[in-house]
Amino acid sequence: MAGELIKLTAAELAAGIARGELTAVEVTEAHLARIEAVDEKVNAFLHVDREGALAQAREVDAKRERGEKLGPLAGVPLALKDLFTTEGVPTTAGSKILQGWVPPYDATVTKRLKDADVVIIGKTNMDEFAMGSSTENSAYGPTGNPWDLTRIPGGSGGGSAASLAAYEAPLAIGTDTGGSIRQPAAVTGTVGVKPTYGGVSRYGMVAFSSSLDQGGPCARTVLDAALLHSVIAGHDEKDSTSIAQPVPDVVEAARNGEVKGLRVGVVKEFRGEGYQAGVMQRFDESVALLRELGAEVVELSCPSFTKALAAYYLIAPSECSSNLARFDAMRYGMRTGDDGTHSAEEVTALTREAGFGDEVKRRVMLGTYALSSGYYDAYYGSAQKVRTLITRDFEKAFEQVDVVVSPTTPTTAFPIGERADDPVAMYLADLCTIPSNLAGNSAMSIPCGLAPEDGLPVGLQIIAPAMADDRLYRVGAAVEAAYQARWGHPLLEEAPSL
Amino acid sequence: MTVTELVSYDEALASYDPVMGLEVHVELGTRTKMFCGCSTELGADANSQVCPTCLGLPGALPVVNRTGVESAIRIGLALNCSIADWCRFARKNYFYPDMPKNFQTSQYDEPIAFDGYLDVQLEDGEVFRVEIERAHMEEDTGKSTHVGGATGRIHGASHSLLDYNRAGIPLIEIVTKPIQGAGERAPEVAKAYVAELRELIKALGVSDARMEMGQMRCDVNLSLRPKGVEKFGTRSETKNVNSLRSVERAARFEIQRHAAVLSSGGTIIQETRHFHEEDGSTTSGRVKEEAEDYRYFPEPDLVPVAPSREWVEELRGTLPELPRVRRMRLREEWGISEHEMQSVLNAGAVDPIVATVDAGAPADQARKWWMGELARRANEDGVELTALPITPEQVARICALVAEGSLNDKLARQTIEGVLAGEGTPDEVVGKRGLAVVSDEGALGAAVDEAIAGNPDVAEKIRGGKVQAAGALVGAVMKATRGQADAGRARQMILERLGVEG
Repeated sequence: MAGELIKLTAAELAAGIARGELTAVEVTEAHLARIEAVDEKVNAFLHVDREGALAQAREVDAKRERGEKLGPLAGVPLALKDLFTTEGVPTTAGSKILQGWVPPYDATVTKRLKDADVVIIGKTNMDEFAMGSSTENSAYGPTGNPWDLTRIPGGSGGGSAASLAAYEAPLAIGTDTGGSIRQPAAVTGTVGVKPTYGGVSRYGMVAFSSSLDQGGPCARTVLDAALLHSVIAGHDEKDSTSIAQPVPDVVEAARNGEVKGLRVGVVKEFRGEGYQAGVMQRFDESVALLRELGAEVVELSCPSFTKALAAYYLIAPSECSSNLARFDAMRYGMRTGDDGTHSAEEVTALTREAGFGDEVKRRVMLGTYALSSGYYDAYYGSAQKVRTLITRDFEKAFEQVDVVVSPTTPTTAFPIGERADDPVAMYLADLCTIPSNLAGNSAMSIPCGLAPEDGLPVGLQIIAPAMADDRLYRVGAAVEAAYQARWGHPLLEEAPSL
Repeated sequence: MTVTELVSYDEALASYDPVMGLEVHVELGTRTKMFCGCSTELGADANSQVCPTCLGLPGALPVVNRTGVESAIRIGLALNCSIADWCRFARKNYFYPDMPKNFQTSQYDEPIAFDGYLDVQLEDGEVFRVEIERAHMEEDTGKSTHVGGATGRIHGASHSLLDYNRAGIPLIEIVTKPIQGAGERAPEVAKAYVAELRELIKALGVSDARMEMGQMRCDVNLSLRPKGVEKFGTRSETKNVNSLRSVERAARFEIQRHAAVLSSGGTIIQETRHFHEEDGSTTSGRVKEEAEDYRYFPEPDLVPVAPSREWVEELRGTLPELPRVRRMRLREEWGISEHEMQSVLNAGAVDPIVATVDAGAPADQARKWWMGELARRANEDGVELTALPITPEQVARICALVAEGSLNDKLARQTIEGVLAGEGTPDEVVGKRGLAVVSDEGALGAAVDEAIAGNPDVAEKIRGGKVQAAGALVGAVMKATRGQADAGRARQMILERLGVEG
């Protein structure tokens, strides 16, 4: 029974619970048992909140028994990226510097999940402070890709994506600053969405790069992602960058996948050197599929996209150098050297030295340098100009097409350790995802097959304008349905069992 | 650092021309902090008015306080500034334990208000125009208390206590353009500017601007240049000069110190300096070997502030009469000199007097009580005039009782004393203490007869035409009635009874 439960989609689980065919407690227990069984190998979770999850599940069952109306995802377990604060439950952001910190408050996303009776089953592993593309930068050890445990599950949200692919949870939350939702989704054969910047509140999401960070849904199906999207999205007065407009109807779009008559852009800058042949093969097949389904495909050029990576690696480190300044050992988290022989200034320095990992230090230093007087205009200033150019390229593209498609990542999952000492090679994993963060528009990754040469999942990225997130779901649902019809089953069925 | 022998003030001014820049921080009196909903009430227990945002907890975000922006715009308008139609907050990055995020949310190259001026009046009535560079919004830091050292400074302390109640309280920083051409009056201009600014802030109702409470703090930047030279000299920055008198003294001291260094062939180092209340001197703080790099960049957690022109004009309509204009009007209405007006201002008596006049008292009477008996009491008790437990209406009532002859000055003083002692309203105090003037013929007549009988030789002198001797008998009557007699009436009766014309 439990074996079947964990393979159900969130929509199916919620429906079963609502009809009384399943209890939230048995659904939660099944997933807890799965975590128990496989997470030692996968290491998707940093913290499993067994008691909290079961208490929440019991409450859902009690509500149902009392005849109260349940939300569309009530009782469904969810894996929450450890970047979101959870009152009374540890939050580390994958960093040693926050080890042992128990936040006194819930992030808005956390609160909305709880209000919707989604059962938060635990906190997932991630690259430290969301900086990375492999989850190898976690202070708590790497996460394995359920398709091949010796390979990376992507990052920074590798834990969230791996938990879905390993059937430890049917839903997860990620955050996407340069691709941290979409790239892990692509390499694990799952679905991940970066909503429009400002679509989901950042309140309580530990900041990496404030102008780029965006929380979003992760799931195994497009519909599940849409259901989760509608729970967490919407204006929040605690985040002044959150958009005060109605959330696009993503659930309706996911239920009515359609691409007929749609103009789909293919950007020529999203191919070439560094792109794996099998990835491009699956991408080209996806473009052909879209044509078959009635879409009109338009070739586009977005010349400034070639500078996106460089601009990103100035803007994100600049903001992170300031955002991470608060980790000074004064109020929370780790403290090193407080033995009566060091000044407060020294304790701050010693703690940051011991508490931050190499990649975090690298970016803090890079950002500090880029913002320095005399360099600001050349680095941060120029990067902001490139950002404007990229936004304009997208604007022009969306005058001609409704959505843009590309591979989500240039390659499939690489082996753990392969790029650990080569930051630039690591940064290339986000080549296709970064432009959408810089422009603030919405984007999704869905599975589009396995690369023939290594049998690993390939992701198709769909990009839509800001506040047109529903288009992602309409296209994503249509492509998903067509592929599953072709394959005869969801792609994840082909993953080896753990 | 060696102590520099100061040169005399006159000598300094003979060779050098001072240039000043004044930076004033005003804590706004908003109910909540600049970027979160925490209370700004003073005097609460340490760290009791904090939340994830003002503690800088991971994940917390700021939201701009609309009243803070409104106050900033009103201050800008009152300072004749232009108001930006679009501006952003910026992060000023530096590490300090009492700064929760290790950056201060401030404004950098896009202040909300810029290019204004404030006309200030010097003691002799001359009006000096101080040009305003900018007024911008920012947040206050927490407060460190250094324990275990002798000076209360961090040097020598064994540990420090941090209170974050102040962290995030809205501040407006008002920066002048270089103040040139004040010459020997530079210290006086500095003081008058800060005084005028304080009055303005209070009149706007955006802050109590109490310098002794740290609600208004001033940094005095000063440099000297040889007379006739265009280029500014190197400046020193004297931080946290927190009273009007200190502003004047600090400027004066720095003029003398700079002159001493320069005229002995030395160079001024750009540095921050501490001001010492005890002797009016300044000492070197931190030497800025290179300009501190705050790595300012636009605050990505906040959306730009874009006040509509309609809103700005609406706020312009709420500006009160400017303090200097109001003072000129009142001085004329009250018919007093500049000097007397200055005393009233210094005593903090303008508003109480206005309120007392509004309650029906003649201006000279209102001024007499507030500047006399009440100012004395406030001074004795070490409180502001307005903190005395007596209302302008009550003072006006006492003036009315005097005018109708029910009280004389002495009794009026006793009535005030009773009101201040919490014995009730003026009428209640008069009733309870039996303070009404004795003017009825019976009681007064008896006291007069007694005085004449008890002082026959004085009476004889008066009968003999020495009318001025009547004062002694009036004194005896007053003594007998414990001061409650109507002295004028008593004198009249004495003269009548002794058969002399007054």
